[in-house]
Amino acid sequence: MRIHSWRSSVIAVVSALSIAGCSRSGAPPAPGKGGNLKVAAVFTTPIEEPWDGCVHQALLKARGELGIEYQWAESVPRPDYERVVREFADRGFPLIMGDAFGSEEAVRRVAKDFPATAFCFGSGLGPVEPNFSVFDDWIHEPAYLCGMIAGRLTKTHIIGLVGGYPVPEVNRIMNAFIAGAHEADPAVKVKVSFINSWFDPPKAKEAALAQIASGSDLLFGERYGVIEAAKEKGIPAFGNMVDQSSLAPETVITSPVWDMWPTVQHVVSAVRGGTYHATDYAEWSMMRKGGARLAPFHRFESRLSPEVGEMVRKRTGEIMDGVFRVPINEKIPVSD
Amino acid sequence: MTPDFLTAAFLAGLLAAMLRMATPLLYASLGEYLSERSGVLNLGIEGIMSFGALTGFLTVYFTGNLWLAVLVAFLSGCLLAAVHAVLSVTLGVSQHVSGIGLTIFGSGLALYAYRLVIGAPIVPPQVTPFSPFEIPCLCRIPFLGPTLFGQYSLTYLALALAPLLWIYVYRTHWGLRLRAVGENPEAADSAGINVFRVRYASVILGGGLMSVGGAFLSIAHFNMFTPDIVAGRGWVSIALVVFGNWHPLKILLGALIFGGIDALQLRIQTIGVAIPYQYLLLLPYLVTILLLALIARRTSHPAALLTPYRRE
Repeated sequence: MRIHSWRSSVIAVVSALSIAGCSRSGAPPAPGKGGNLKVAAVFTTPIEEPWDGCVHQALLKARGELGIEYQWAESVPRPDYERVVREFADRGFPLIMGDAFGSEEAVRRVAKDFPATAFCFGSGLGPVEPNFSVFDDWIHEPAYLCGMIAGRLTKTHIIGLVGGYPVPEVNRIMNAFIAGAHEADPAVKVKVSFINSWFDPPKAKEAALAQIASGSDLLFGERYGVIEAAKEKGIPAFGNMVDQSSLAPETVITSPVWDMWPTVQHVVSAVRGGTYHATDYAEWSMMRKGGARLAPFHRFESRLSPEVGEMVRKRTGEIMDGVFRVPINEKIPVSD
Repeated sequence: MTPDFLTAAFLAGLLAAMLRMATPLLYASLGEYLSERSGVLNLGIEGIMSFGALTGFLTVYFTGNLWLAVLVAFLSGCLLAAVHAVLSVTLGVSQHVSGIGLTIFGSGLALYAYRLVIGAPIVPPQVTPFSPFEIPCLCRIPFLGPTLFGQYSLTYLALALAPLLWIYVYRTHWGLRLRAVGENPEAADSAGINVFRVRYASVILGGGLMSVGGAFLSIAHFNMFTPDIVAGRGWVSIALVVFGNWHPLKILLGALIFGGIDALQLRIQTIGVAIPYQYLLLLPYLVTILLLALIARRTSHPAALLTPYRRE
């Protein structure tokens, strides 16, 4: 576990001491006092992992644009998770974020013990009054749009998807992609593989190569490794979570992108303004609030037919207007 | 189930994947073998591989020179293994403790160094990796050609390494000394062999090999460094040494079986069989354990394994 501070260590120590003194005297932390809201994040993986990375990037942006003071702990093993969250709460951070999956009960326990602290966690469950909010990567909408493009472009009518673990977050993105592909091409068949790891690109690449060998001519890479396989075999692919076009501009058509900025912006201003309450931030990670989008097509802008572009534009408009709802299906997808 | 199952193309793809997936295991398990032959278990393998994946990647990132990267990875593995040698050979610390410590240290150091040099960008940087080296003429043989002779150079090297090690250990004067040190260091010492020097050399060279196995992941099989890229391959390699009963050719066989089943399960996942994918992912491990139980029951590990040597 590593704890990072971008302030000089002297300032960190001084502020930590003053905050510690404050919490020892029993005074509740004062959110929004002064300009610098202190925000902590606790991650179970290194920040290179895309999910945690998206949260981290938004908080870094908040440090620059909203003037928050940001500290984070990463690679925190599950057994230590509650303790680390508790330590940040003890030190008087008014807002603590992180990934609660697998520690749902523990984190909620800490939240209960610190009712004046705002907890905003990635979670598969609901918010708890008064102070425990939840969010997640609800990027099934752009994933659906990617699936539509894939369904329109596939010539073999076989599409391959490689995922890390079949957890609900991953399943619903993959299922939305599959649903989109089916809308565009009802005859499409899918190949689904999981590698049971968040970080094993060589294995993800091999899984993708196996899918290409069994006829897939378009791939959706939930994890790193898939795009590389597609590039090697000269077929197009879709990235995930961030715009991955730069990895292989000739290969990546687009990616469903998760943007935590709207969530972070909202929660920070709520804590600052004293209006914070337990919230389900799901919709803040969806397209209408700017929390999810389709990455630019880059080089594929001119390569996709106008008809495909029109199809995506139309559906995007319908999603934004609320007249089309992408189905949410969290069952484990399986190969046809 | 599906018609293309068990066709020539399917098998060719499977064999090619088997060789790719066995490569890192081969370097690592042969490195571990070399170390254990001298009597030193090296549980630092996972950390050494991570560090090799990092140093190999960074060398390509800054110089673009792939073979220099292999050399740097090798040397950095030697360096980390030397720490283990000092602790376990000279100081006689528990090999388990020293090794596990090295794994934690090596994995942490790799990510730390990556952050220092690269940082944590949203999309990680990549390098131009080794491309498959097609052996002229041979790779045009139908079916087997592209499979066997269209692999990465590092894969050919790994495949050659097993018989070379076998010759070294069983057919050379140096190999005899190595085995003597691993079996009976007291006798070896009284025969004038410098036990410490042999152990140091084996542990250090073994670490170099492990490290090249890690580098294969980041500069050949894939083109990035990510945390945890080694993903347990070091631990599998330790099991392969036991499975191979401390014999390089049997270790080669074990690595091929493991790689082959891993490649197979990825293919079974794509044909939509009604088996939960977790069972398929489990398959290579399950088969290794089963084979261990069946074949390797009468294991003959080096007699002095785990025992630090002290001159009376």
